[in-house]
Amino acid sequence: MKLKQLEGLLGNLDQFSDPKVELEQYPTGPHIASRLLYMAESMFGDVSGKVVADFGCGCGTLGIASSLLGAEHVIGFDIDSHSLEIASINAAELELDIDLILCDIKSLGLKGKFADTVVMNPPFGTRRKGVDMEFLSVALKVASRAVYSLHKTTTREHVRRAALRDYNAKSAEVLCELRFDVPQLYKFHKKKEVDIAVDLWRFVP
Amino acid sequence: MRLLTHNMLSSNVKGVVNGFPLRLEASTWVEKEVDFNADFLRSMFSKIDWPALFGAAQTVGYVALPESADASMLESEDFLKKFHHALLEIHVEEGALVCPETGRRFPINKGIPNMLLNEDEV
Repeated sequence: MKLKQLEGLLGNLDQFSDPKVELEQYPTGPHIASRLLYMAESMFGDVSGKVVADFGCGCGTLGIASSLLGAEHVIGFDIDSHSLEIASINAAELELDIDLILCDIKSLGLKGKFADTVVMNPPFGTRRKGVDMEFLSVALKVASRAVYSLHKTTTREHVRRAALRDYNAKSAEVLCELRFDVPQLYKFHKKKEVDIAVDLWRFVP
Repeated sequence: MRLLTHNMLSSNVKGVVNGFPLRLEASTWVEKEVDFNADFLRSMFSKIDWPALFGAAQTVGYVALPESADASMLESEDFLKKFHHALLEIHVEEGALVCPETGRRFPINKGIPNMLLNEDEV
């Protein structure tokens, strides 16, 4: 599948109808999501034929993208049941089978390194500090090949240090810097749309 | 939820030492055909807890799996087909996952297990 085609399919997915600010629910846009998965597959072969976990999957964009690129088994994890219902409908509309689990990532019980690859757009930790690092810590425990994640560019050194020193990642590499456009979803947003610089990371556990 | 996912989850209720495998209860399940990928099955075999898969398959009425399995069986097309079916083609829609130590039930609704813990269980 071509990148443009993937981006087009992801652009049709339903997103949060009533986003919850405490969970930092921002949809992963089709532009970023398609590039993340396309790079993971074309540069590293981390998707096709693999078990892929999508942490904090929300409406399922990254998991669905993984499935479209040939992942053998995809599991989406989220703490919000309403988001999972949307994810389930999104997957069904594309005739994809992905498993979904309602859970809190930080207290999730998993057996060893069950996944090949974890993909995630974690909460950036602007509402509850450190939540993005909690996600990364768990992701590095369950992935055997790679973890792909998005973090604010302003936190780059912190992310690198934590991954290598605290979570024992073998490598931590910024693949590219992207613009995450945050639409005016919440009342406290004063501007119509804001661009945030985010890094697309690849970690090797 | 496929049985492959069941094979990866464990109970994380506070105080539980060994929360794996969760006992599967299933009232409804469906079967959906998936493309057969022998390479995937061979690479997954070492990660799979066979008794857990065997038990879960029995629960949903699939009795074709051998009670024990070792890597030499991966040579057999017949074995791989059965392994493939159990692992990827059966979806539990309604039921529960039960913690083997505490008996805590995690309900499965519309195919989605609810593994959320209460505050006093974390």
